[in-house]
This record gives sequence, C-alpha cells and structure tokens, in this order.
Amino acid sequence: MTALAQFRRDTDYIEANLSLVAPFVDERLRVKTMNVTVENLTKAFGATPALHGVSLEIASGELIALVGPSGSGKTTLLRLIAGLDFPNSGRVLFGAEDASSKSVQERNVGFVFQNYALFKHMSVFENIAFGLRVRPRATRPSEASIRQRVMTLLDLVQLNGLEKRFPGQLSGGQRQRVAFARALAIEPGVLLLDEPFGALDAKVRKELRRWLREIHDRTGHTTVFVTHDQEEALELADRVVVMSQGRIEQVGSADDIYDNPATPFVFDFIGDSSALPVIVDKGSIALDDRILSIDAKGHADGPATLFFRPNHVRLAGQESGSIVGTVTGSRRHGDIRRLELEVGLARHRCEIDVPADSDVSRNGRVAIKPTDWRLFPRDS
Amino acid sequence: MSEQTLAASATMPPETWRAPTAEVSVVRLVLIGVAVLFIGVFLGFPLLVVFFEAFLNGVAKYFETFADSDTQHAILLTLLVAAIAVPANLIFGVAAAWAIAKYDFRGKALLITLIDLPFSVSPVIAGLIYVIMFGAQGYLGDWLKAHHIQIIFAIPGIVLATIFVTFPFVARELIPLMEEQGTQDEEAAISLGASGWQTFRRVTLPNVKWGLMYGVLLCNARAMGEFGAVAVVSGHIRGLTNTMPLHIEILYNDYQWVAAFAVASLLALLALVTLIVKTLLEWRFSDELANGPR
Ligand SMILES: Nc1ncnc2c1ncn2[C@@H]1O[C@H](COP(=O)(O)OP(=O)(O)O)[C@@H](O)[C@H]1O
Ligand SMILES: [Mg+2]
Repeated sequence: MTALAQFRRDTDYIEANLSLVAPFVDERLRVKTMNVTVENLTKAFGATPALHGVSLEIASGELIALVGPSGSGKTTLLRLIAGLDFPNSGRVLFGAEDASSKSVQERNVGFVFQNYALFKHMSVFENIAFGLRVRPRATRPSEASIRQRVMTLLDLVQLNGLEKRFPGQLSGGQRQRVAFARALAIEPGVLLLDEPFGALDAKVRKELRRWLREIHDRTGHTTVFVTHDQEEALELADRVVVMSQGRIEQVGSADDIYDNPATPFVFDFIGDSSALPVIVDKGSIALDDRILSIDAKGHADGPATLFFRPNHVRLAGQESGSIVGTVTGSRRHGDIRRLELEVGLARHRCEIDVPADSDVSRNGRVAIKPTDWRLFPRDS
Repeated sequence: MSEQTLAASATMPPETWRAPTAEVSVVRLVLIGVAVLFIGVFLGFPLLVVFFEAFLNGVAKYFETFADSDTQHAILLTLLVAAIAVPANLIFGVAAAWAIAKYDFRGKALLITLIDLPFSVSPVIAGLIYVIMFGAQGYLGDWLKAHHIQIIFAIPGIVLATIFVTFPFVARELIPLMEEQGTQDEEAAISLGASGWQTFRRVTLPNVKWGLMYGVLLCNARAMGEFGAVAVVSGHIRGLTNTMPLHIEILYNDYQWVAAFAVASLLALLALVTLIVKTLLEWRFSDELANGPR
C-alpha cells in the first residue's frame, strides 16, 4: 500500500516538474518513451533463485536506479525486462502491452552491457549505426539519414571526431559512451544500463554520472540503470530501488530511502550506520545490562536492532541512559572526526561523528546518545 | 656524469644481471642445438630430398610427369575431394562450435568427445568402417547395389573418408574461441534489433574469422594429404580413384621415382604454403586465435 502511494506521489512529482526540464529537451533526440510494469517476476537458474516475485512500476521518462549488493538480482531483472532471458513466472508490460510474447528485437529496448559488448571489428561509427543498418529494408533509414543520426549521437555523447576509431583505440569512458550512443540509435522505448560506470575510475565515474543525468534530461528516455554504488544511485536517480537477495527492499526517492529506510537491510546498505542488538521491554530498550533512555513506545517486546547514523549522535557527558564505550579508532573526514567505538558489555562496534576539534583520545571513555534512530525487530 | 651516461645506465641492466628464467649460455646452446638438429634430420632433410629427387633428371623430366593423364587425374581428384570435404567441414565445424559454445544441452560433453574421435582413431579403421557400411558385402551393400549407387571404390567413398578424417579441424579451432567470447556480443546485436542471421553474419563470423581461416587451412592440408583412410576405400583404380598420395605410392612402387617425387613435391609445396600462411596468421592475429599461437 505504501509503495503504491509512494509511486503515485513520485510520478506526480515528476510530472509536476517536467515543465522545468522541458526547455532543455533536444527535439531531435526526443523519443516516444514508455512506462514499464514488472509484475511478480520470479527467476531461478537451476536451483539458484535469482528473483523472488519482484514487482515494480517504472514511469515514462523516469530515471530509476536499481541498487544492491553483488548477486542481488539486478542484472537478472534488467535482462528479464529486455527479454534476454525469460522469467519462471510473472510478466513485463511495456505501456499496457504484455511483452511476454515479444522477442528481444520487438521490445525495442536499448541495453548497455556491463562490459559494453562493443563490436570490436567495427568502427565507432559502424557500432552506433548497427541498429539502423540491420532494420528491414522497409524501415531502414537512408545512408544519409543514418549518417546524420550517428553524427547527432556522437555530438550528444561528446565523441565528435572519433567515429573512425575502433573500440580497441578508446579509453574506458569513451567506450562506455559509444555503447550508450549505440543503444540510443535505435530510439528505444526504454533504456537499460547495467553498471554503466562499473569499470571506470572514480574521476571518470563522477563526470559520466553528471553527463548521464544531463542526457537523460535532454532525451527523456525511460531509463533503468543498475549500480552497486549507493552514492551513485542516490545522486543520480529520480527514484531508487534497493534490492537484496532477489527481492526489492524499498522503492523511493533518494531522500526517502536515506531518511526513512524501510528495512534493516536498507538502513545498513544506504549510507553509514551502526547497528546495536537490543532488547525491547515494555517501551524501554536495554543494551546488554543497561537501560537506554530511548523511548521505544509502540515497538513490540523482544529482540530488536537499534540503527543510527554516525552524524545522528551527540556526546552525552554524565547523563544516565546513554550508550557507553571505548574509543578504538579515529579518522579525520574534513571538518569532522569519525570515531570507532566499542560499546556495551559485549563490545559491539559502532561509529560516531564528532567535531574535528573534540578532545576524545584513543582508549578514552565516551557516552553517546542517538538523536535520530530506528528500531527493527530481530529474529531470535 | 653526463646526461648520456645517465640515460645509458638507466636502460642497461648491470653486466652481472641475468633474467631469472634465462639458462646459462652453455645449456642454452646445447638445447637450441638439439632442437635444430632434430628438426633438421627429421623434417628439413626429407623435404630437401623430395625436391632433390624430383629434379634429379632435370627440370624437363620434372614437368613431364605432369603431362601424364593419370597424374593429372590424381591431382584433379585431390582438388575435387578437398573442394567438397573442406566446405562440408566448414559448415559442420561452424554449426557444431556454435551449438557447443553458445547453448547448453544434454550430451554436449559427448558431442565434444565425438568431434575428437578422428584424432584418436586410426585412419585405416575409419576407412574400414565405411567399407563395412557401404561395401558390396557391407550392411547397406545390397540396398546400394539395387539403387545403382557406388560408394566404396568410387569418389563418394573417398569424399566420405576424407570428411571423416578432417572434421575436427575447424570445430576444434572454433569451440574454444567462441566459448571464450561468450554470447554478449550476440545479445547486444539482438537487442539492437538484428535477426539471428544478421547477428551471425555481422557479429559472430567476423569475431572468429581468423580462427576460421586457420582451421580451414589445416583442414585443407590434411584433406589433400590423407592417405590411410582413402587407401582403404579407393580401390587404387588408376585414372579413376587415385588421389595424389595414393598415386605417389603407385609410382614409387613402379620404380618411377622421379615422377613419384615430382608429385610428392606438390604436396610438400602445399605443406610449405600452409606453414607460411599459418605462421602469418599466428603472427598477425595470435590474440584472435584459440589459445594463442601454437
Ligand atoms: N546465467 C546464470 N547461471 C546461473 N546463475 C546465475 C546466472 N546469472 C545469475 N545467476 C545467479 O543469480 C543471482 C543474481 O545474479 P545477478 O542478477 O547477476 O546479480 P547482480 O547483477 O545484482 O550482481 C546470483 O546468485 C547469480 O549467481
Ligand atoms: Mg550484475
């Protein structure tokens, strides 16, 4: 129920803001985009399950990120949408149309592979032109308009002048952009990118990230991109889909995901956080032998995990009900200092941020209080 | 120190330095000597003898050999057999390699083993199997006779035996190459709208073309040079079912040594050309051949 409401809210938001983007849209590149619906997709490779009933609504023109650890099923989901693989159950809809019976070719999906899969015996030009050249004669553009389209795309991906090069003569970032232009050439209804920046170094990644956002805003493709880098997902996407072990953990805007993680996994995976095993008993929380002054009214009794972010903690001095521990490490991050602590009897590890000039020394004792936190029930 | 000596000392290793894998010079010389001697005695010398014997009675006598109609027929037959067997194995090899490398199916391991069979079976046995199958006394002998089809002691038998002996070459070359390349390029092509055939012609084939040429080259050399299997099924009918290798044997047994060596020189030449083209391919495209240069 919340996911759907969330989705409605997000699409409203996007539609309301579309006018902001509109003036920059490049009409030559503007395409008919589609919304995509994924219904209850299940996929297993032999005995290995890869997806457990995944459902997702992707709005037309949206830039959406699939993020999750390696092996969580992101690539599998993308391949099922593209039709490169078939689901064991469930279906994919393009617009209102069931795509189950459609071949890969008929789906008209632009797919950018993790390692680009450029045709290494073809020049950059021919790589980008490929999707146009293989069209049936009736719909194949003339040589002149193929040329024009390839040049427009080269311009878009900022590779003018490199059309005669071969993939082997390009840098990683340039190959990435060729793969991108090649996928755009067929005017896809949906663009699917599998770890588009995965193989690039940090600096190029950052550049291409901004570049992808700009291109998306200019062309307006419905775009799904996969990443294992949560920072990339939060920075780039209209909406973020967090996946773990073949399931969707949460769908929402970057703010939503970061501020209101729906599950322990999301809290742990997105952003920095500490997790302490606690016991909830009639509205109060106990860490090992200490009762914490954290109000847990409304939470069910029993074992739970207390999550908080390093920057949502304050030093507590002598107050009662604080979390007490020993500093085991300290790293400087710009204006703040991140402390590693061992807290409680069982020496649970956690991290907190303090001002860089705080006089806490290694092995010193500190007492802390989370100012913002979440409590999730824990099994056993 | 001047700039020059600085630069020199930067690039030159100290005199006492030795690459960890380099042997001391005596050992190295002995090893190289043994290898060269071995190749010289067992390969180079016989090759020289072939050409020496072929031209023993002069250039005119050499070319006289090729005026003989039986010899001409043997050469043409060999070319014909290769012209059928090599394309057949090209198609089979590409199809088998495609199936093995790009799909998963039951019995895949068995198929791979079977492809290697001609390498492990004696060619004579291969020939005998065809005789037992298609010969006059064979399993299908009566049926073939009733339909006036002659396979054994005729050209079809020679072609079949040659195909059998040479079919691993193309497939063996392509399977590891295609397996290594995976299916990603094909998936990319299909996602861009290419049909199966377009994908094959525009993406798969160019990706393996040098490996394919390499396999065809070896296949052709073997097809033209095959003796054992062909000897069993051909019946040695002069001017009818004699290929070059069989013809050489007959000439030799007839004491027509110059003629025998003259025809042999053609096969030797084929071997040399094959070797040169193979080396060129390996030198130029080693990274696009299976397992690199051999
Ligand atoms: N072709 C395949 N054969 C067998 N198992 C696969 C195959 N593709 C993916 N898997 C398995 O499915 C799960 C999800 O994989 P994948 O979708 O590639 O994850 P991600 O892209 O998130 O890293 C993993 O456990 C992986 O081992
Ligand atoms: Mg993946």
